[in-house]
Amino acid sequence: MWLTRPLQERSTQIFLGVLFSALVVVTFLHVVMPQDSALHVSAYTVTLLGKYLCYALLAVAVDLVWGYLGILSLGHGAFFALGGYAMGMYLMRQIGDRGVYGDPVLPDFMVFLNWDSLPWFWHGFDMAWFAFLMVLLAPGLLALVFGFLAFRSRVTGVYLSIITQALTFALMLAFFRNEMGFGGNNGLTDFKDILGFNLRTDATRLGLFIATGIALAIGYVICRGIVTSKLGRVSVACRDAEARTRFLGYRVERVQLFVFVVSAMLAGVAGALYVPQVGIINPSEFSPLFSIEVVVWVALGGRATLYGAVIGAILVNYAKTVFTGIMPDAWLFALGGLFVLVTVFLPKGIAGLLQKRSKARADDDTTTGQEATV
Amino acid sequence: MSIFRSLTLLLIALICAGSLPATAQESDPGRDLLINLAEAPANKVEEAVNAIVSSGDERARGWLEAYGNNRLSRVKDTGQVVLVLSNRGRDWEIANPLTAENMGEMSRRKLDRVAINNRIRGQLEGILAMLDLNAKDPDLREASAQDMMGKVDASLVQPLEARLEQEENAAVRNRIEEALAIYRVGEGNLEAVDVLAGSLHPRARAALNEAARSDDPALAASAAKALDSIEQKLTLNRAAETLYFGLSLGSVLVLAAIGLAITFGVMGVINMAHGELIMLGAYTTWGMQQLFPGQPGLALILSIPAGFLVAATAGIIIERSVIQYLKGRPLETLLATFGISLILQQLVRTVISPQNRTVITPEWMSGSLVINDALSLTLNRLYVLAFALIVFAGLMLIMRKTRLGLEVRAVTQNRAMARSMGIRATRVDIMTFALGSGVAGLAGVALSQLTNVGPNLGQNYIIDSFMVVVFGGVGNLWGTLIAGLSLGTINQLLEPWAGAVLAKIIVLVFIILFIQKRPKGLFPQKGRAAEG
Repeated sequence: MWLTRPLQERSTQIFLGVLFSALVVVTFLHVVMPQDSALHVSAYTVTLLGKYLCYALLAVAVDLVWGYLGILSLGHGAFFALGGYAMGMYLMRQIGDRGVYGDPVLPDFMVFLNWDSLPWFWHGFDMAWFAFLMVLLAPGLLALVFGFLAFRSRVTGVYLSIITQALTFALMLAFFRNEMGFGGNNGLTDFKDILGFNLRTDATRLGLFIATGIALAIGYVICRGIVTSKLGRVSVACRDAEARTRFLGYRVERVQLFVFVVSAMLAGVAGALYVPQVGIINPSEFSPLFSIEVVVWVALGGRATLYGAVIGAILVNYAKTVFTGIMPDAWLFALGGLFVLVTVFLPKGIAGLLQKRSKARADDDTTTGQEATV
Repeated sequence: MSIFRSLTLLLIALICAGSLPATAQESDPGRDLLINLAEAPANKVEEAVNAIVSSGDERARGWLEAYGNNRLSRVKDTGQVVLVLSNRGRDWEIANPLTAENMGEMSRRKLDRVAINNRIRGQLEGILAMLDLNAKDPDLREASAQDMMGKVDASLVQPLEARLEQEENAAVRNRIEEALAIYRVGEGNLEAVDVLAGSLHPRARAALNEAARSDDPALAASAAKALDSIEQKLTLNRAAETLYFGLSLGSVLVLAAIGLAITFGVMGVINMAHGELIMLGAYTTWGMQQLFPGQPGLALILSIPAGFLVAATAGIIIERSVIQYLKGRPLETLLATFGISLILQQLVRTVISPQNRTVITPEWMSGSLVINDALSLTLNRLYVLAFALIVFAGLMLIMRKTRLGLEVRAVTQNRAMARSMGIRATRVDIMTFALGSGVAGLAGVALSQLTNVGPNLGQNYIIDSFMVVVFGGVGNLWGTLIAGLSLGTINQLLEPWAGAVLAKIIVLVFIILFIQKRPKGLFPQKGRAAEG
């Protein structure tokens, strides 16, 4: 079975081991340690770590298409945000009549805009199963349609990057419009509870953090399963020599489409877990800057390694939290510098450094870092 | 002898005018005119006003304006007529209407307002406009004739006709005829309808609309016909206006994208910092205006070379420090240059200010070119359109006719072969990149006249620029020009019924779909060069 094979890999075992022990340690420090202890992890920190894990899952999704398929998507933020909006719509419906205007059905912003009934696409989001299905389907469908058109006409390389960026930019403009019915500029916020648990309690926050960790683990195993399967090898072949793969008889566009859709769905899940922890979803998640930032997390961690994406996402976002706290002006300098330094001096990222050190033991990992860069 | 004496007396009176104002006023006909107005009984007021108008006195306009605004008063003690400058509070500030000299404040109890009735007040506007019709400047005359359209009443017909006889300027004559025709259509005159049929002025249309609803069937029919012909002309004019705005937006897109067409299209370098090079050009304009305060026009003209140089220098630095190490790795180039764009933005925020800076538009660029009543073209957009075309022509010349252009094309098509022919490829890379960046700087100079100059200026254009280049076909300057102008026009055509944001979204989606259909753009490069 392709999904269980990764579990026998040493690298996956190490990754899952580190991830789960981190989850256990954080939970332990949060629950057991007394509030005034230096070792106590506050609910704020737990949520912050949960946010990092969401970003890590998004980075894994980007690494799947960029590292193993050679498609530099500058629009993965769009899939992330779509998943987030699906979750946000569910959470909005859960508010019920506890909103500022107290309308039992309509969310506050619709009452504010004088809408008299729920738009058709808001129906069904009061049911959790439907909303969670949409978390997968909304980004998945967009990726399916977009990918189908793009791969069929063999749009690749820089062109594809630019049109994915245009896609997320167009979506951002669209979601900024009040008429779209997604809360416009302000987005969706003021959530109360999820599946009956109050979002403001520490227990719910811890639960969401653990759920995110498990989602990341599952996402990682799925990606690992894909890249070690036969399909994954064809996908790497597409990355390195698309025309040759096509001449060998593989349907390149089908492989590309499958991997792209899976990646979009993972990004959607990451967005869905992100929203209840951050408490808001607005169109700025669609901004091209965010999507391109994700690519840099992956580049810093190391392309085509998956675990590198996780390391990159957590490192950059930790740095962002620290920097914006101490000297907010310097963050963009640091981020910009990171873009330049990583691409010029560290083409294989942090994972590349790690591999260099343990090259003797790396022979079991044939798909990582050995191929020529595209 | 007696004439001599009276002249001498007058001279003395004039010399003493400062100390003895009463003497000077005695000889001023205006004083009598004003007192006449102030003392006139209700049925003689019109006569008194007409006397002032026909006196030809240059100050008449001010007096009548003040009269209409209840700002003409009489001092109870002396009977002198004064202008009230401010009627707030208990003491009013007054001035001498004859010499315009300020007479200080006076208690309002000592003043008596010169009464005006509503009938006169209604006519006063037309009377004032009549006064302006006598102005020396034909533009002023035309403006005042335009003001009179729709305000002509029976009392003004005769003076207007008299004015028409004297008038020599064709534009002013036209206006007066239209103003008279509006009045006559109201009176049921059929010939006047034909005069108005040629006019695009909204008031002419209003008068015709009125006539079309009248009881007289002949008048209603001919008015309706005239309205139809006006509507047709208006539609044409509106189309011309949309086209103009579309071309203007397109010219902005072309300016923003044309530099990219060089660096991305010809060299194949993805420069995400292109927008920030545009921003640098715009900030150069602002900086030049700080250097030459009070001379925005000179500063703007000097910014053209300065903006080019600043952006080109920045481009060279970017090329030497980053891009040359990433040759053949377009996706990495994209990321690195994006990083540079972030650094440049933040640099401007830190060094200058996160707020927008105002760039002054020189006088010769503000205002608009009036074609007719329904169509006027804003001058700054016209200049930018012309500038875009000049820049484009210049670039075409460089690429086609100079040695640099030849070398650039050679290096693009076959780098190894070009080098073995003795072309210094590295130098050509630098020059090309500097050229593309410099053109971005020029775009910034032009954009500073149209939009806000702020740290986010470039960001707003980068996606559009790439879209234009890709849509037009990479490596094709003509494609960029046509793509930019047509996208701008499409955007403007969509705007009226879709709104600005939705129009932009539709255009983006259109391009995304278009690229799926024709991945190489409108005008793909043919032959082997396209494969590289």
